[in-house]
Amino acid sequence: MYPENYRYTKEHEWVLVEGGTGTIGITDHAQEELGDIVYVDLPKVGTVIEQGKSLGSVESVKAVSDVYCPVSGEVTEINPALADKPESLNSDPHGAAWLVKLKLSDPAQAQSLMSAADYEAYIGAEK
Amino acid sequence: MRYLPKSDSERRQMLDACGVSSAEELFAHLPEAVRIQKPLALAPGISEYEIVQYFRDRAAENANGYASFLGAGVYNHYRPVLVDTVVSRGEFLTSYTPYQAEISQGTLTTIFEFQTMICQLTGMDVANASMYDGSTAVPEAAMMAVRATGKGRVLVARSVHPEYREVLRTYAKHQGMPVEEFGYVQETGAIDLEDLERKMDGLTASVIVQSPNFFGIVDQVKAAAEIAHKNGALLVVIFTEAVSWGLVEPPAEADIVAGELQSFAISPSYGGPYAGIIATKEKYLRQVPGRLVGQSLDSRGKRAFCLTLATREQHIRREKATSNICTNQALIALMATVFMTVYGKEGLRELALQNLSKAHYLAGRVKPRFSGPFFNEFVARVEGKSPDEWNKALLKKKIIGGLPLGRFYPELADSVLLCATEMTKGSDMDLLAEVAK
Amino acid sequence: MIDKVTPHLSQNESLIFERSSPGKKAYQLPELDVPAVDAAEALGAGNVRAEIEGFPEVSEVEAIRHFTRLSTWNYAIDYGMYPLGSCTMKYNPRINELVARIEGLAWAHPYQPEALAQGAMEIMARVEAALAEITGMDAVTLQPAAGAHGELTGILLIRALLEKRGNPRKKILIPDSAHGTNPATAAIAGYAVENIKSSETGVLDVAALERLVTDDVAALMVTNPNTLGVFEENIAQAAEILHKKGAMLYMDGANMNALVGIARPGDFGVDVMHLNLHKTFSTPHGGGGPGAGPVAVKKVLEPFLPTPRLRRAGKKWAFDYKRKHTIGRVKAFYGNFGVLVRALAYILAHGGPGLRNATVDAVMNAVYIRKQLEPYFDLPYSQANMHEVVFSDDRQAKLGVRTGDIAKRLIDYGFHPYTVSFPLIVHGALMIEPTETEGKHEIDQFIAAMISIAKEVETDPQLVKTAPHGTRTSRVDEVTAARKPILRWKPA
Repeated sequence: MYPENYRYTKEHEWVLVEGGTGTIGITDHAQEELGDIVYVDLPKVGTVIEQGKSLGSVESVKAVSDVYCPVSGEVTEINPALADKPESLNSDPHGAAWLVKLKLSDPAQAQSLMSAADYEAYIGAEK
Repeated sequence: MRYLPKSDSERRQMLDACGVSSAEELFAHLPEAVRIQKPLALAPGISEYEIVQYFRDRAAENANGYASFLGAGVYNHYRPVLVDTVVSRGEFLTSYTPYQAEISQGTLTTIFEFQTMICQLTGMDVANASMYDGSTAVPEAAMMAVRATGKGRVLVARSVHPEYREVLRTYAKHQGMPVEEFGYVQETGAIDLEDLERKMDGLTASVIVQSPNFFGIVDQVKAAAEIAHKNGALLVVIFTEAVSWGLVEPPAEADIVAGELQSFAISPSYGGPYAGIIATKEKYLRQVPGRLVGQSLDSRGKRAFCLTLATREQHIRREKATSNICTNQALIALMATVFMTVYGKEGLRELALQNLSKAHYLAGRVKPRFSGPFFNEFVARVEGKSPDEWNKALLKKKIIGGLPLGRFYPELADSVLLCATEMTKGSDMDLLAEVAK
Repeated sequence: MIDKVTPHLSQNESLIFERSSPGKKAYQLPELDVPAVDAAEALGAGNVRAEIEGFPEVSEVEAIRHFTRLSTWNYAIDYGMYPLGSCTMKYNPRINELVARIEGLAWAHPYQPEALAQGAMEIMARVEAALAEITGMDAVTLQPAAGAHGELTGILLIRALLEKRGNPRKKILIPDSAHGTNPATAAIAGYAVENIKSSETGVLDVAALERLVTDDVAALMVTNPNTLGVFEENIAQAAEILHKKGAMLYMDGANMNALVGIARPGDFGVDVMHLNLHKTFSTPHGGGGPGAGPVAVKKVLEPFLPTPRLRRAGKKWAFDYKRKHTIGRVKAFYGNFGVLVRALAYILAHGGPGLRNATVDAVMNAVYIRKQLEPYFDLPYSQANMHEVVFSDDRQAKLGVRTGDIAKRLIDYGFHPYTVSFPLIVHGALMIEPTETEGKHEIDQFIAAMISIAKEVETDPQLVKTAPHGTRTSRVDEVTAARKPILRWKPA
């Protein structure tokens, strides 16, 4: 369920590091907690975000959740499909419904995040 | 007491079920130190008759049977009979905010119609379900512009209602939102575009103008829009006289239109309750404060309405909400909706034309001070008489004259603001002019 | 068995625009007694609009039918109980509507000469005095238009005082059980919000407060009784802790219906508070407003109150605009006068002893409901409750049914739902406030309905999860409404 090559945060974000680029999204657990997603608020291309700071939010009908940046970097791309189809976050949160791509300032930051196994254990304990 | 539907025997039964022997025991857990020390110093309850009498006596101490030439943000317009008939229905009067859509379709449908009519009147794409009033809609619009542009400064015209500007300042002070004013042209009463240009900068989030402005002048909205947009600011157009929408071209160049609907069958009622609105372009939708009603389907596939985009609001977003507003002015907005339905497309235009004609007749008798085009209000002064002298003489004839402007504009201390609506009699206007001589 | 309601034929109705056709009118204006002017000439051709496209065109008959039919789709207090927590949906006395419409009051212009507005000013003065007496405070402003507006006013007052003392400070402490308007208000007033967690028993954690109150804290915003319906027994102590550090205590007065005539916030250390006239003082909710949110303060905050203030000038009332330290205006004119009239009518009808009796009945009704429903619903906090009670859906959640579902099923039994999922400190909250204007019969029907639903959760959970079944509109798709907002009608 949780891709092995991704790293995960306690706030339920994932990051896929490929060289100097990071792709960021929210986990399946997060989308399940939120319910039907109606809107995604993303930063502008060019924004520089630090690890741990909010990069935007995801909304369901009755809740809003901030999305925290797992690793520092500069936004190079935002997912164009989400404006029209926010519901894809419910169906494919780890794949087609990625949120942003960053040019990483320190790719090594990802090492301190959780592995897929650790994350599964973490959410298992939360329940 | 007639509003407490329990008999003593029922109370005894309920207290038994609660496991207490007296009602006082229900409060036994309160610390002695917080309990009230003596009964409230308020007289015992009185009968319906006495209550009505009390308020009738107070009403008699107010103006009764006076003709009035006051406007300045609150207007005397006829209230169609249907308005109170509709809002007096218990289903509208005593219902709650429509959070439970299945049993609130009456309220939700009328709000959806209201939102639509406001868009039709103002030329905007989306309107909310009401703000407290026109004066608080101004800072809400200013804060919206800050959210939308990411900039912090506000430029507001002096010809915006003085009390509206006061409210703006109270809100702006603690938002880190600097507010600066720009003036009006002495001769025309319209905004001073040069002054606006001079004071404009790249840090300004919004330029706020009113049209018709406080002096009644239909203002230079297009030109103000150009200056604002050139510098990356939004144009906010305020209105206080909603009837003007029957005739005056809506400001297509505005980014936000905000104002007051009191003219639409809302009693002047010594200052409130009224109903404000905020309307804007599609792209600023998510920055709009207050409630929004949207169209959807129910599970059986029938059209149904519900509150929507609630994630902007305080009960979800809390400290990051677009506003702290919760209770708004739903019943008042319903009055406006009925008014707009009764007058309709032709009626609102005819009503506006009547207002225009009455005020221009008056202007033929008492010369306007400003040369700009005006709707149903204008500024005037009288040779050899101060506003107070003029108004004193008018009161003797049971006429309340125009608002002396000295309290708001020292440079206009010799002038008054006169308003004539469809309810103003030609004979009273003649009398006002007579007394001016 | 559902015995409170029976399905009935209700009229369908389209949108008013869908009923319109050109030339239909519901109005007639009198003939002009002055010459008609040409709009283009008077305003300039560029300033004159084309027609108002799409605006309604119907007859009076269609107009009345339209709104009447729509009204029949609403629930209302006039139909039955609203058990909504902290909303205080009490009976809206009809005499309030009559007196508010008396001509001399309804047509009073806020700028008419003060000598011709003495009646209105006397009413306002009377309301100020009554509210000060009820709250045990020294001065009242009637300017704020609603509770949230009152909250903002109150926090701005605190800021002004602290500024005058040299340091406005940076944060406001807000309990995690607070209504959303509290943090939203603090943010608008330029303060950061710091959450203070409730204790295990759901009340203010005084030890935590002691730790959190620093020189950076301007105030604590507290609701009393709190949103669990429980009296904050340590509130006087909390006030002391705050005052010792130069901070202030703000009370959200939404739950005053539990205190009127029993306890006065001014007596237990509150510095400033707001009231919701559309809750405690019976002015009608009208589908979402208008309200009024007067703010009551201790003497020390009086100089900062919004301008103008009423003052006595000989035998008359006058407005005092020379208020050097005022925070300014929070609204044009003087306040929601029409709402103040209704609240005063309510106060006059009850009188001092009557107001206390109302409070007693309100608490009696809520405690009675608690006792009857305790065997069926989980009660997360066991202390004495006052005018409202909060259950959680824990028991039902085990069977897959949540508070929202139970609420929807309650509709089938002929009631409006209680408050769902608030306060946030209770998992799956059911927040119930009957108010004093419910009689035993209505309350017993409510209890019977809730017990019946609790049983349905065990025997037929799907029935509850897909409720309501008896309404003309079933569950509305709020997801699509949010994804693809349609916020106005457009012609086909």
